[in-house]
This record gives sequence, C-alpha cells and structure tokens, in this order.
Amino acid sequence: MSEKRISLDLGGGGRLMRRFIAEKIVPAFRDPLLGELTDAVHLPGGIAFTTDSYVVDPLFFPGGDIGRLAVNGTVNDLVVSGAEPRFLSLALIIEEGLETAVLDRVIGSIRKAARAAHVRIVTGDTKVVRRGQGDKVFINTAGVGRSVARPRLGGIRRGDKIVLTGTVGDHSLAVMLARGDFGLKSAVRSDCAPLLFLLPFWKRGARWMRDVTRGGLATVLFELAEHLPYPLLIEEDRIPLSRPVRAAGDLLGIDPLYMACEGKAVVVAPAKRADEFVRLMRRHPLGRKAAVIGEVQDGVGRPGELLLRTGAGGLRLLEPLTSELLPRIC
Amino acid sequence: MKELRNPAALRRLLGDIGEKARSLGRRPRLMEVCGTHTMALFKSGLTPLLAEAGVEMVSGPGCPVCITPNGIHEAAIAAVTEIEGLTLATFGDMTRVPTRTGSLQTAVPARNSRLRIVYSPEEALDEARRDPGREVVFFGAGFETTIPSIAYTAKHAAAEGLRNFSVLPALWLVPPALRAVLDAGEAAVDGFIYPGHVSAVIGAAPYEFVARDHGIPGAIAGFEPGDILLAVRSVLEQAVEGKPRVANEYSRAIAPDGNPVARALMDEVFEPFDAVWRGLGKIPASGLRFRKAYAPLDAGARLGLGTADPGRDLPGCRCGEVLRGVVRPEGCRLFGKKCRPDSPLGPCMVSFEGACLIHFKYGSPGRPAS
Amino acid sequence: MCLAVPAKITRLDETGHGTAAYMGSEVSANFSLVPQAKRGDWVIIHAGFAIAVMDEEEARETLRLFKEMADASDR
Repeated sequence: MSEKRISLDLGGGGRLMRRFIAEKIVPAFRDPLLGELTDAVHLPGGIAFTTDSYVVDPLFFPGGDIGRLAVNGTVNDLVVSGAEPRFLSLALIIEEGLETAVLDRVIGSIRKAARAAHVRIVTGDTKVVRRGQGDKVFINTAGVGRSVARPRLGGIRRGDKIVLTGTVGDHSLAVMLARGDFGLKSAVRSDCAPLLFLLPFWKRGARWMRDVTRGGLATVLFELAEHLPYPLLIEEDRIPLSRPVRAAGDLLGIDPLYMACEGKAVVVAPAKRADEFVRLMRRHPLGRKAAVIGEVQDGVGRPGELLLRTGAGGLRLLEPLTSELLPRIC
Repeated sequence: MKELRNPAALRRLLGDIGEKARSLGRRPRLMEVCGTHTMALFKSGLTPLLAEAGVEMVSGPGCPVCITPNGIHEAAIAAVTEIEGLTLATFGDMTRVPTRTGSLQTAVPARNSRLRIVYSPEEALDEARRDPGREVVFFGAGFETTIPSIAYTAKHAAAEGLRNFSVLPALWLVPPALRAVLDAGEAAVDGFIYPGHVSAVIGAAPYEFVARDHGIPGAIAGFEPGDILLAVRSVLEQAVEGKPRVANEYSRAIAPDGNPVARALMDEVFEPFDAVWRGLGKIPASGLRFRKAYAPLDAGARLGLGTADPGRDLPGCRCGEVLRGVVRPEGCRLFGKKCRPDSPLGPCMVSFEGACLIHFKYGSPGRPAS
Repeated sequence: MCLAVPAKITRLDETGHGTAAYMGSEVSANFSLVPQAKRGDWVIIHAGFAIAVMDEEEARETLRLFKEMADASDR
C-alpha cells in the first residue's frame, strides 16, 4: 500500500481492509495466533478472546443502538468462533458536549443487552475528547469466552450445506433510513441480537460459522469460498429477505447480498444434518426464517469461487464488497 | 413484478430468441445504452444465457458519470476544496471518480465546506433554502431521465430568488450519442435496446432515425429480465422480417410521446450545445447548458470553475473505448488488476452504471466455467 | 441513474410533493413532472421525482402475457 493517507474504504470490511491487515498489521506483530485472522482467537487454557469497535452513526435506529451493537457484535464473534461468551470489557470514548441523557440511554441499552446475552461487563475505561474530535460516542468491547469447539476450514466437506439463520440486510437498511438519507420510510428494524441459540450446534456437528456483518452475505461467503477446494453455489431464490429490504433493493439499487446484518449467521452443516439444523433453528424466535441456501459442490464453477444461481436461472460469480457506499454502518 | 422474473417464461423467451438468431444466419450483436440495463443483464445472469442463445450483448455510452470528462469532475473537486463555507451535493457514485487531483471523496474540503451525498436534487435546494448564508452547489450528471428534475430544481431556485444555490451540470443527451456511435462505424451493431426511463421522458420518436436512416432495428426495454428479453426478441423479429423500426416493449411505462411536461421544463431551462464526451469527443447538440436567463444558476460561471478543459484520463485507462462499445472491459489490460473497484483508474470502474464495475462485480460473460 | 421503480401514490399535496408506496415501504417524491397524476396512480420514480404515470391496463396485459408463458412452459 503506497497511499499516503488512510481512506474511508479501509474500514469497509472489504478487500482494502483485508489487504491492510495482511500488509501492515500481521507483519508488524508476526504472531501465529494473530495470523489465523479468525473473528475470535482460541488461547491456551480453553479461553477465547476477541475485540470489536463500534462507531455507528446515528447512535439510535429502529431495532437497536450503538450500545446493543457493542454487546451483541462481540458476543456473536465468540459464538461463531466456537466459544461460549462470558465476560466483556467496555471502553467508551465520548465527545465533549454529548447530552448525559443520551449516554444514560446507551448505557442502559448495554446493560439490557449484556443481561440478555448472559455476559458480565467486568472492566472498562472512559475517555472524553474535545468537542469536534470524536463523534458523540465510540465504543470498544473486548470479549472473553469458554472454548467449546475448534472449527477448522479443513473440516468442511464436499456436499456440506450452507444454512442461513434468517433474513439479510435489515440492519444496514435500518441504519441507512435512520440517517434520513433516502427519503424512504419503512417498517424495517435492525436485527441486532445475540446468536447464543447457535452454540448447541457445535456439538451437533456444525463445521463452521460466521456472522454476517460488514460486507454482507456475499463477502462472508466469498471469504469462505476462497479457502475451500470446492466452489460454493448459492440459490438467489432461497435467500430469505424481509419485504422492506426487498423493496429498498429495488428502489435504491442496493444489493441485499452486500448489506450488513447484526444478528444473522451462516452455518456450514454436514449434508445429512442440514434439514435438521434448519428445523431446530426455526424453533427459536431468531431463526424462524432459517434456510439452506446453498452447498459446497463441484458441479459448477472452479475451486475458490462463489457462485449465485439467479432467480432468472442464470449463474453469476460473486465478488466481495469492495467499497462501502455508506460508512459507519456498525 | 415477479412474473417478469419467472424462469419458465424467461426460458420460453430465450428459446424464441435462439430460434430467431439461428434463422438470421449470423450472430447478432445488440447494443444497449443504459448502465441500468447493463446492470440488469448481469445481475440476473442473462448475458451468458443470451450468448448461449446466439445473441451478443454489448454496452454503449450508457453511463452519465462515465462520459463526463475528468475536467468537470476536477471542477467539482476544486469547488469543495478551494471555496469556504460550501456544500457540494451530488449522487453517490460521482464521489469516487478518480482524477489527477484525487476524487471528491478523498478531497479535503476547505474550511467549513463539505461533500454531501443526496438522492434527489431537491435535497440540495432544501439545504440552500434552510441556510441562506451557505453556498450550495448541486453537481449533477445525467441523461434525459434525470435532467428534468435538475431543471425543475434550478427553475424553482431562480423563481424564489435564492442567491446561494447553483448547479454544476454534466447533462447528456442519448439520441446524439447514438448518432455518433453509428457515424463512427466502429462498433458493428445489428440492433439497439433503447433505455427505458430516458424514453419515458423523450418518447420513441427521437430513435426513429436509427431505423429510417441506418436500417437498424431497435426496441425500448424496461428493466426486469422479462422486459429485456421481450425487447431482444422484438429486435430479432424486426431483423428477420427486414422491417426495422422503434418498438415499444415497455408500454406500461412509456407513452409514445414520452413526458411533454418534463421536456418543456428541460427546454425552458437548458439549451443544447456541442459537448465533449469522454471517449467520443465532441458531439453536435449532445449536451445541455443553462440558457442565458438562468446563467446565475450555473456554478461554473458563478464560482469561476474552469469546466472547459476536458482534462485527461488517467494513463492506460480505456474507459473511452469501452463507452464506444469498441472494447470490452476484459479487453483492457488494467481490468481486474491495477484497476479494480477499490483502486479504480477510471469512472467505468466507479459508477454503478459503469461497464467495468458491472463486469467486475457480476462476473464476465462466458464465466463461470463448468 | 436510470434506476426507477413503479410505486403507488399515497399522498399528494398542492405543491406537488408527497409519498408513494412500494412493497410496503414509503418514499418521498416530487410529482410536479406528472401533474396529471393523482392519489392511487402508479408512477415511475427516479431520483426523488416521478417521471411517468404507469398505464395499468398495459401493466396488466404484460403480466398476463408472462403468466401465460410461464404456464405454457410447464406443460
């Protein structure tokens, strides 16, 4: 990377960010655990560890707020990496002049979310920066959990199915509309939620999981496909979409495949167990729209590719999101 | 609208198309001139299906952001970086076009100035109304679909006596571009798919010269997969019958005469001039500029921004040739390598309607191999 | 962008502004370019402006055509 200044795209979760991490971060520390680049890392002693920062704008949106995101985002990183979340740290960077009522609301939200996710906030930090040198509030949470599984990409087999736990794009749309960007009103709500109901699936044979955040479903699956010896094929018609997201997709031209969620995951399931996984997920309120959306196969495409069979019957290669049109979505 | 995406109906249309293509005895090459058509074709995976049916689709100059020469993008950047207390409002993809002075998105605004992404020109006007002390410039690139909205906005700004609102226009007309593509004779085209929403404004008459003077068939198409296939089938039918015309295959939205109210507004505020297009050079009567009565609304004149110099493409960029339909994105050596969406070297890789971005995001026709 | 969708007018005031609904979502728009449009009409909306009124009869006809093609293919 020879650019002299950091661009906004670097934080988008796409190719630029991954290159930044690969070229600047990993070589600087040369640590085998860091090099694994998983969402949460399993440390010696059966502990899993992760961290995430939250800079969403605006702070409050239908279905959630920055506080709730800060808890669930980190909780979910642990769950999908094979760990039961236990403890969180909470660091607040507050801009001078923020109304205390707003901060109270955020903290109340964090408390509620932590309770719902069965995690304890056990340590933290508070900083205040001058007016104009921050933006209302930024939050960082680090999470510690108990390792319950050690998912490996190498464990994924040909014929394994891709299960999606529910509709995609709702969080992105909720934040976009809360910004008042598009003169669009809809009933959409962020899907921000803890994915604890997925923990038992590790014992049931789940091979691999990832929560669908920045960059959306296509980016997450592309990053999976890159590392597999077989291409991934997903069916457009099987991807659950809420009505508001479908409408926004048509109205605004944004592709739901690239829209972030904050309470959905892809789970790679052994072929024989996929339908059972879906049935069990659907019993839970957060998994009512769970569906098998694709599989690891070698009928079409080449290794390393992610393919979409469109509703019209065509085949399309999917690339990861390269530039985030809307910054600060999470 | 899901009937228009029904796979069985689409297969039936593809079958008809295949039959007609075969009876023509050669592989017809159809050009669409609307980035949203390019996108629809790729997103639904129709391009390879049409290729299988024997029809080759090629993109023409259908991306207004792409055909706006760098000089105008650089003028927009100058406005927000050199003038204090200014809001530059524009559509999302305009902000990422790379020029010698960077892009709007990476530009460092002057003191108290900012870049603002809007979805309607009226949003920019609203800001000017709310904040009379602030200079608001709307930078708008568009074809006849968008021009009436910009005309409306400018007209109201003038009528309200606003002194702090102006428009930096990059307004392009489709029929002259078609004329230029045909006169250049480089892109061997057997038929046209005409842009649906441009036609909602201009109607079908402006395309008649294509059938009449060049003997080339064409059809106005909507944007669902079914709409596009209906239009392709119509074009091939015309070719088989030897009766080229302008068919309206988007009749639910296109009145034969288009939208006279919108056209009158365009005509009231703007006048045609010989504009310079990226890749196609100067085309007679192909661009719109403010009429004298509306000159105070022209940001270029008002703020002293040099928009006359077309500027230069970044080295190696073949966007111009892509826009002429002469080279496919994949034919550019930089495509997918040095020039990618996260490191674009030209607007075709930036705009939502840019052929290079669309080919990159949605995979090139003929792939994936199986 | 040519991107536009058909939406049904739900609100329309004397200034020409209002809202239209598409699949349960509501979008604000300016209807001044289609002065003949009224509440309940379907319009094509682009960049916050309605640019054409849809012909419902033609729309029905197109949908019918496609339904026929889909059903015929199932044979």
